[in-house]
Amino acid sequence: MSDEAPPVKARGLVKRYKDVLAVDHIDLNVGDGDVYGFLGPNGAGKTTTLRMALGLIAPTEGSVELFGRDPMREGARALQGVAGFVEAPRFYPYLTARRNLELLAALDGNGASARIEEVLAAVELTPRARHKVGGYSHGMRQRLGIAAALLRRPRLLVLDEPATGLDPAGMRDMRELIHGLAGEGITVLLSSHQLPEVQELCDRVAIVESGRVVYEGALADLRRQGGAGYRLHSTDDRRALEVARTQAGIERASLDEHGVAFQALERDVGELSLALAAAGVGTLSLTPELATLEDLFFRLTEGQGEPDLAGGGAPRDGGSRADAVGAGIRGLAETAGELHGEGR
Amino acid sequence: MSVASAAPAIATPERAPYRRPLTLAVYRWELRKLLSQVRTYLGPALLTLLIVVFVVFESLDRQHGHRDNIFAAQITQSGLATPVLMLLFMSGFFLPVVAALVAGDIFANEDGNGTLKTILTRSVDRGQVFAAKTMAAFTYATVVVLFTATVATLAGIGSWGFHSVRTFSDTVVSGPEALLLVLGINLAYLIPLFAIASIGLMLSAATRNSAGAVVGTIGLVILLFIVAQIPGLEGIQPYLLTEQLQNWQGLLRTPTDWAPIAHSAWVCALYGVPALAAGYLVLLRRDVAGG
Repeated sequence: MSDEAPPVKARGLVKRYKDVLAVDHIDLNVGDGDVYGFLGPNGAGKTTTLRMALGLIAPTEGSVELFGRDPMREGARALQGVAGFVEAPRFYPYLTARRNLELLAALDGNGASARIEEVLAAVELTPRARHKVGGYSHGMRQRLGIAAALLRRPRLLVLDEPATGLDPAGMRDMRELIHGLAGEGITVLLSSHQLPEVQELCDRVAIVESGRVVYEGALADLRRQGGAGYRLHSTDDRRALEVARTQAGIERASLDEHGVAFQALERDVGELSLALAAAGVGTLSLTPELATLEDLFFRLTEGQGEPDLAGGGAPRDGGSRADAVGAGIRGLAETAGELHGEGR
Repeated sequence: MSVASAAPAIATPERAPYRRPLTLAVYRWELRKLLSQVRTYLGPALLTLLIVVFVVFESLDRQHGHRDNIFAAQITQSGLATPVLMLLFMSGFFLPVVAALVAGDIFANEDGNGTLKTILTRSVDRGQVFAAKTMAAFTYATVVVLFTATVATLAGIGSWGFHSVRTFSDTVVSGPEALLLVLGINLAYLIPLFAIASIGLMLSAATRNSAGAVVGTIGLVILLFIVAQIPGLEGIQPYLLTEQLQNWQGLLRTPTDWAPIAHSAWVCALYGVPALAAGYLVLLRRDVAGG
């Protein structure tokens, strides 16, 4: 295992089931210590990608490496230091939770059995450890799945929808757990539909749509790029709107109850503030607006809004939706790079 | 779940050198899983019931007429004839069915439960899982055969005593010697039974469907029985797997006729080894996408 190798590096991953292209040339780069969100609508190819990453299914093309090792070529050796679950965690329903963990610890070796009580306590399943898993609720199975993953003392934790089926308190606890694990330097690859959860936990994200990655990078960059707009509150918002509309580089200026909203490059905002002063309009506040991850997610996966952000682009004729979205986000990135003076 | 504070202590990343667990550890857990499932006991329970019914019926039947089989003819003269008769009775269908029930289910059940992905994302390779499950299925077949032999022997001895018996060669063997022969014939019977279990294992790995694998295995046994009855196909009979199910009887001749057992060994290998190889390759290469 190479110490320098990233926890996850996927290159050109393709999975085809007869005529169905489930995963279409996905590249992933999960760095050491990342809490990496893997987002996409149902059927986008997230779980298939995670299965390939864990060596459960073979890619049609491309490869994936975990800490520099390919699970398809090196089998269990490539999973050293890797734990987690894909879809729901599954256990033997006719065995108790403790028996299930004993079994998995036996399959892990390396003293995993000595940690059983510790991980049971960590997920608060000790009182129910003698009960058969067949009688467990969904939430308890999720917690047992986390316990099973922790048995391996992972350096990379792969979690597929870990909060699904949990009550609000359970979801909060799961977030705290992931946060705590990440704080210990564990890399987390988190597939989730819980966008607030991802926004709170993840520093990097990949968004997939129709089997293709339409965005991969820092979540902060994405939010900044997606929300390359400003909101102005002035002493005279109507007059400010008139001034904004006459200024070069100020686009989509509009007025609502919260003031004037517009999109512009940073240098044009400076020009606007000077023009407002010259027009006798006092600036009370001028704030950049960041889009929420939810806004961006729907924009990227449903194509809402990306033509504007992409510099006037429109859904591409003859291309797939992912093509259009992919082009949209590239345009978005370019625009944002100009706006903030930084490249991706 | 107040895990936030507990998690860091647990999750300290470790860079220990990779040590693969022994296949024996995987095998031990396969046995534990079998022991934890009710269905594991259904077959032996049914076979025990059959033996008990047989012994009770024979004990109550006072009119033991002429019987062609030499062991049937001396059923009330020595309890050691009972395990031989029971093996004759169960070897063709009942024991293969019980062996197929577990072998056909052993991979497919994991697929159905989604637990195959659970164990394949730990530190064991697919080859180890295959080896452990194969050994577990063979162990189960062995235990069932020896268990039914033990039950039949105890029931027979309890009903009719521990006496000498006459073999197919009409040679009288003492009680202790007959007991050894009972053990021997049951062990020899395992040869074709392992071949049937191997087919069940292959179907279980390939079909991912317990019912399909079990029915497929049993269906193959029935098909071979039918083929054996087709006029004009007598030439292939010695090479049919089902014909090997009776070859253990060579041990009940004096001197011991090893030829049918040796024949059974290589014919069964022709069925079992390719089946196991195919099952292994299927498991090694196939996607684990269920659950």
